[in-house]
Amino acid sequence: MISRDQVLHVARLARLELTDEETVTMSEELSKVLGHIEKLSELDLTAVAPTSHVVAVDVALRADEPHVSLSQEVALAAAPDVADGGFRVPSPQA
Amino acid sequence: MSAELIALSAKAAADAMASGDLDRTEYFEAYRARAAADELNAFTWVAEEAAGEPVDGELGGVPLAVKDLFCTEGVPSQAGSRILEDYRPPYTATVVEKLAAAGTVLLGKTNQDEFAMGSSNENSAYGPVLNPWDRTRVPGGSSGGSAAAVAAGLAPWALGTDTGGSIRQPAALCGITGLKPTYGTCSRYGMIAFASSLDQAGPFARDVTDTALLYRHMAGKDPRDATSVGHPDEIVLPTAQDLRGVRLGVPENLTGEGVEPGVLAAFEAALEQAKALGATVERVPLPHADFGLSAYYVLAPAECSSNLARFDGVRYGMRAEAADLTSMYTRTRHDGFGPEVKRRIMLGTYALSSGFYDAYYASAQKVRTLIADDFAKAFDRIDFLVTPTSPGVAFGLGALTDDPLAMYLNDYFTVPMSLAGIPAISLPCGLSEGLPVGLQLAGPAFSENRLLDAAHALEGALGFDGSAVLGTNPRGGDGPVGPNDGGLVG
Repeated sequence: MISRDQVLHVARLARLELTDEETVTMSEELSKVLGHIEKLSELDLTAVAPTSHVVAVDVALRADEPHVSLSQEVALAAAPDVADGGFRVPSPQA
Repeated sequence: MSAELIALSAKAAADAMASGDLDRTEYFEAYRARAAADELNAFTWVAEEAAGEPVDGELGGVPLAVKDLFCTEGVPSQAGSRILEDYRPPYTATVVEKLAAAGTVLLGKTNQDEFAMGSSNENSAYGPVLNPWDRTRVPGGSSGGSAAAVAAGLAPWALGTDTGGSIRQPAALCGITGLKPTYGTCSRYGMIAFASSLDQAGPFARDVTDTALLYRHMAGKDPRDATSVGHPDEIVLPTAQDLRGVRLGVPENLTGEGVEPGVLAAFEAALEQAKALGATVERVPLPHADFGLSAYYVLAPAECSSNLARFDGVRYGMRAEAADLTSMYTRTRHDGFGPEVKRRIMLGTYALSSGFYDAYYASAQKVRTLIADDFAKAFDRIDFLVTPTSPGVAFGLGALTDDPLAMYLNDYFTVPMSLAGIPAISLPCGLSEGLPVGLQLAGPAFSENRLLDAAHALEGALGFDGSAVLGTNPRGGDGPVGPNDGGLVG
């Protein structure tokens, strides 16, 4: 069972606000899904190598050549708040 | 007239437009009018006109419906999420660009589960999509809008994405064909990411030939996606009429338990058809397939928890007002994400957090190896694996929304192939309770040409008829426009 404190800890890591009600629901639902995932512990995996990526990719480096990118104006166009050619956000200290 | 145009395959329409027998504008308008009158909520945006200059190419003039999560420049690309409401990207996804270069014309953007997380399309911030076979039921997900649009004749074909079954399952539930290609054959550039090691773009169409034709123009290595590898073969249109010499394998752990009897009956009848076409069918062990769902529901949420960190109210999308920066982040994400996305971000963050990483994430990655090894061994003995695509037919709207785990079980047959990165196609193989049943064929990495050929032969023998729902958007573009016109169009 995932406790309320664990849920709040993980929500903090995920930068996600949860209401009290959502915290309770999340605790129940995560516990149920994690219960299913526990099935993984049935396997002896000590000698198994992990797979992070299924298709062999050669070293994916490209030539370091300058190229045209999005203009500042275009890059800022979808931002909720823009000031002085940058993204404006509330102060971290407020 | 409209009904005749809608009944044409995309290939037949492209050929007719190339030879001058079919007018591009008339063909586009027939679909545009139907899409604008959409009563299934399959579209979240419909083009007002065919944009840009006509392009001559193999797909010249064929309208294309595009899952909402593909970025399309200047056009809403919301990935089914409130947090991206009316987001219009400054660039276009590579596969959409490639298809436009081959001649397709953007018809509209299709509804989907938020950030592709779901198996019913009920997780969209823009409302559920209705299944054209029965409007009280779901179309499947996450690419539910694309599947419903193609089945109902609101689009000749469509783009989707598949992370754990999001093309194959809705294709099955809507009675059409959908291909999840080998991971890496199509660029992911411009696809709003869910789980990057699993996400793959793929086609939906009403037959296998159109499926192959669309995929043929999607595959290719892209310098903007460092994990793309392209396809070693040119994709050709399938021609096979029989399955002589083809060895099919049914997983040993497919016992019928957990599968609806009607689905099992349609599946077994399709196997008999395959044998009649000359295929052999044997049982093959896939000892770790039963662990696929557990591994998937660690890996996909873990990757999503990282990918979705970008939605923070700073550079694009919505922002919730707050006095300080951290509160702005947390409140924006609270208000902008739906319940399933929150659940998966939480699950993934938990699985990656200190103290739990080895038990969950590291173990799931190892199980991924075991599952890929199982497939490799199976393909020493057989050409293709065959399973039902989904354990059941389309379920009722709301039937599983209160039980996330039951919803996840829908992905039982499709997730293992995603974990192994191998290609799999779903094609309709019959009806159960009057609803379509999908058959899944899966092959080794890069076997798409052979896979499409086998699917083509089977398709001919199965003779599935989807015409019952092809013209069912009742107003059909001939009468007054539907409720989505105006508000969402334009």
